[in-house]
Amino acid sequence: MTLATVTKRSVKSPPRPAGRGRTPTGQGAWFLVLPALLPILVLSVGPLLYGIALAFTDSQSGRTAPTQWIGTLNFQDLVQDTLFWDSFRIGLLWAVGVTVPQFLLALGLALLLNQDLKLRWAARALAIIPWAMPEVVVGIMWRLVYNPDAGILNETIRDLGLGDGRDWLSGLSTALPAVIVVGVWAGMPQTTVALLAGLQNTPRELHEAASMDGAGAWRRFLSVTWPALRPVALAITALNLIWNFNSFALVYVLTNGGPGGRTRLPMLFAYEEAFRYGQFGYAAAMGCVLVAVISVLLAVFLVGRLKGGEDA
Amino acid sequence: MKTPKRARAGQYVALLAYLVFLAFPFLWLISTAFKPPRELASLHPTWIPRNPTLANFRQAFDEQPLLHAALNSLLAALGAALIAVLIATPMAYVMARRRTLLARAATGWVVVSQAFPFVLVIIPLFLVLKHLRLINSVPGLIMVYVVWALPFALWMLVGYVRAVPVELEEAAAVDGAGRARTLVSVTAPLLAPGIVATALFAFITAWNEFFFALVLLKTPQKQTLPVVLTHFIGAEGVADLGPLAAAAFLATLPSLVVFAVIQRRITGGMLTGAVKS
Repeated sequence: MTLATVTKRSVKSPPRPAGRGRTPTGQGAWFLVLPALLPILVLSVGPLLYGIALAFTDSQSGRTAPTQWIGTLNFQDLVQDTLFWDSFRIGLLWAVGVTVPQFLLALGLALLLNQDLKLRWAARALAIIPWAMPEVVVGIMWRLVYNPDAGILNETIRDLGLGDGRDWLSGLSTALPAVIVVGVWAGMPQTTVALLAGLQNTPRELHEAASMDGAGAWRRFLSVTWPALRPVALAITALNLIWNFNSFALVYVLTNGGPGGRTRLPMLFAYEEAFRYGQFGYAAAMGCVLVAVISVLLAVFLVGRLKGGEDA
Repeated sequence: MKTPKRARAGQYVALLAYLVFLAFPFLWLISTAFKPPRELASLHPTWIPRNPTLANFRQAFDEQPLLHAALNSLLAALGAALIAVLIATPMAYVMARRRTLLARAATGWVVVSQAFPFVLVIIPLFLVLKHLRLINSVPGLIMVYVVWALPFALWMLVGYVRAVPVELEEAAAVDGAGRARTLVSVTAPLLAPGIVATALFAFITAWNEFFFALVLLKTPQKQTLPVVLTHFIGAEGVADLGPLAAAAFLATLPSLVVFAVIQRRITGGMLTGAVKS
């Protein structure tokens, strides 16, 4: 979704409207803005502040005693909670493990679609599938692919005479790679579209000039395509990292964090803490830590954009 | 630019590999949905069902309240889409026409809001909705979805508003049309396609959403389709794969259809922030 914000500035912005002269935005502007601003404040900014406050309390579900302020106790517990740091590590592994291969695959596809090939419409049509599907369905679908007995993956392995295959989603060593493949598949279209937009911004003349000078394809990519693509690539990568770090539905359906917590992403962990064990305060503290980490990522992303020159 | 033949062939091979990768899981889902139990249990599953059947679909409806869930999903998605567009359009208009600090702040917030661990927001939301007696109700879910869909809706709409030449509005004003009159008879008709596209996008986002629905809806009568779908999972007997696939396939159809309709607009909107007709 945030693709939008990424590719937005990399494209020529429409001409600025001429003066505010007689257009219908005068003193009445606030009246137009409030209907959207109020719900945002009440249901988005408000809960956020409330959530941060909760992190410093012992709030639990279904308890009769009043909630108490306990200072930084939740955070002190959290620092020593090895399960949380395990899930944090898995979250990072997952975020990087999905984002990097996905970027490379999407870049390849975007470069292909930037050529005049005959099957481009097919790629366009098929790209809708991962993009439009509910995440829950994506998870279910890949469960069917991975199913040890009735799944197409093991059947293909058997057909190729490579043994019996295995139970991918339950194996301690295969579960995380298996869900990472699904993550790569699910987010590829958005990344491809963003990169394709960046590609279509590179002036053709540059390419032609480069090939006149006898530059090969690889050389052209390095000195013409990549510099133009860099800001978009950086932005989409940063956003994908954040996005994937926050994943929930996909892995909930595929493995529910199993086997033995090997795919328990931070969001799954916090969800269980809050809504299975009712530890609201503790889960809110987790949320705060995750927000802090993501804020750092965001800051890096924004600084990167500023350095990207005029694309900032 | 001429591409040599061999390179071109290589490009087609690569493209085909991509097409297979993108399509095969979905083809497998469809195949599983139409297979009779005996074929699902066989040790050599095939791509094409030998005796295609609709039994899985019937069984899926028997096992879970799918129709009811679809209705809940429809209500939640329609409600969210309509309200989001209704309140976002005026704000987007102001943001597009006056490049003020507000517009900048809103754009920044669009980025930031997408990046938040929802878990930090969901706990307070849960408590607030509980207090308002809106837990386990579709209206409560709609409220959450509206706010959740707003950033992107605003963003899309700002692009559409900018595509409406400000000169047209100025001309109408010169001709003596009042402010309201100008908005209704000049701006609104030109914005309509963009508003529809934005509403459809918000609809799909809500139709597909899982996390908030999982937390906020407790009883099967109130749950939306994605949540009900997860009830098929668990008792992972091979016999249940068929109904699971059938239900998942049905739940996806609306998303695919709507998305196919608005895809050009979304990518167009994303790439240029303006409508390309």
